[in-house]
Amino acid sequence: MNLSHNLTIVFGGILGLLVLATAVDWVLRKRTGAQPNELTRRIRSWWVMAFIFALALVVDRRISLLFFAALSFVALKEYLSLIPTRRADRRILFWIYLSIPFQYLWIYQSWYGMFIIFIPVYMFLFVPIRMVLAGEPKGFLKAAGTLHWGLMTTVFSLSHAAGLLVLPEAVNSPAGAAGVLLFLVVLTQLNDVAQFIWGKALGKRKVVPTVSPNKTLEGLVGGVATTSLLAFLAGPLLTPFSRPEAAVVGLVLGLLGFFGDVSISALKRDLGIKDSGGAIPGHGGVLDRVDSLTYTAPIFFHYLRYFHS
Amino acid sequence: MKRILRLLFYALIVRPIVYFVIGLNVRRPELLPEQGPAVVCANHNSHLDAMVLVSLFPLRMLPQVRPVAAADYFLRNAFVAWLSVHVLGIIPLDRRARERGADPLAPSREALERGEILILFPEGSRGEPEQRAEFRKGVAHLVRTVPETRTTPIFLHGLGKALPRGEALLVPFFCDVFVGEAIAWEDDIAAYMQQLDRSVSSLENEKDFAEWE
Repeated sequence: MNLSHNLTIVFGGILGLLVLATAVDWVLRKRTGAQPNELTRRIRSWWVMAFIFALALVVDRRISLLFFAALSFVALKEYLSLIPTRRADRRILFWIYLSIPFQYLWIYQSWYGMFIIFIPVYMFLFVPIRMVLAGEPKGFLKAAGTLHWGLMTTVFSLSHAAGLLVLPEAVNSPAGAAGVLLFLVVLTQLNDVAQFIWGKALGKRKVVPTVSPNKTLEGLVGGVATTSLLAFLAGPLLTPFSRPEAAVVGLVLGLLGFFGDVSISALKRDLGIKDSGGAIPGHGGVLDRVDSLTYTAPIFFHYLRYFHS
Repeated sequence: MKRILRLLFYALIVRPIVYFVIGLNVRRPELLPEQGPAVVCANHNSHLDAMVLVSLFPLRMLPQVRPVAAADYFLRNAFVAWLSVHVLGIIPLDRRARERGADPLAPSREALERGEILILFPEGSRGEPEQRAEFRKGVAHLVRTVPETRTTPIFLHGLGKALPRGEALLVPFFCDVFVGEAIAWEDDIAAYMQQLDRSVSSLENEKDFAEWE
């Protein structure tokens, strides 16, 4: 076990924050007698993430590859359960699921070329071939489009977070590959929360009223500013960025996280699903948790790759 | 030994499939019976149905939870029969017993008298995926013989997509389980069947999902 000093400090700080958040949430709920809410569920999922992250640091980095593969699987399953699918495509969905182990295998092998084209090129071409062979033209375009969108968001985009672990260039950061992954995941999660809190406190003007009426300009600006500030503070500890650069990266992550969030909101609105969080437990656990990450992970990955290698 | 085998099978194989590969979304799990004699009645679309319903109960209740399954299918040869009875833990229902003058419900009745919880599919067979068929009256005849039995109606959605009849390839989907209020025996077969049917229909109407085109 050879943890970098910076990583230990930051991770210790995160654990402290988690304990604090859990305690505050517990006291608040005890006092008001409220049921576990969105924030409670979020804190719980952070404990799981923190545990797996610690395990990956101490035992083996491959554990986090398995974790992200499982996350992609559950998110894809949730997506495919929410959208309308065709009976004729049942076996095609099996092939789509099968792309997950392959995508993460490429990461494990550090085979960047395959990792980056496997889903956008090979799966993109293969799925329609298999659909044509199944022989049902009715609804073909809709099915091909929705299936590919799901693959791109839940498998391809998300796998970029795991890709950070084997991105060789990232190792020159002060806390290693684990540091940049931690930076991405923590900022993306805190950005969601910061936007939520700023929106609750000051929110007036709606940003995208037809898609997500709860999102306000005040929440967006406050959240992005908070994220940018956090990035400014944590950047030199965890990433190869200078402070000003980290602040800009934080700003971009904040904006991207917002759009990841509202794109899943748009999907749910389109399908007529009101609240996938509370009313329907099993559904809406994971997609809601990773929606922002599907936007932040790929851009952050490529930013690092192009500018810090 | 056989009890341990059954426990291991459900804990290490069935539960990971049901809760990770498929994924369940259970509405009102608190309405499930906590003790027998009880009957859990659900619509039937897939081989997964019984696995899912058994997994809804805590593992410590496993010895009391028994799916009722067709003898002609699950006891078709010695090996399958051994697996079905000792590992799956089914109670065989001999659909041809009546031709021999025997009572097809006798093993189920004995289980209820022992205070067990039976899982029953009154539709009889899995039928067309994701389509309900009419409930048959066998369950009413069974409950009549042990009248203190409580009947819990359940509606299952999505398992026919994950593993429909005639398919061997499991495709993961989140599936939904709607548990209804328990029904007491009413001393009248027609009234009992009507109430059971009405319950399951209202559970079915709770669902609001994307169509399976």
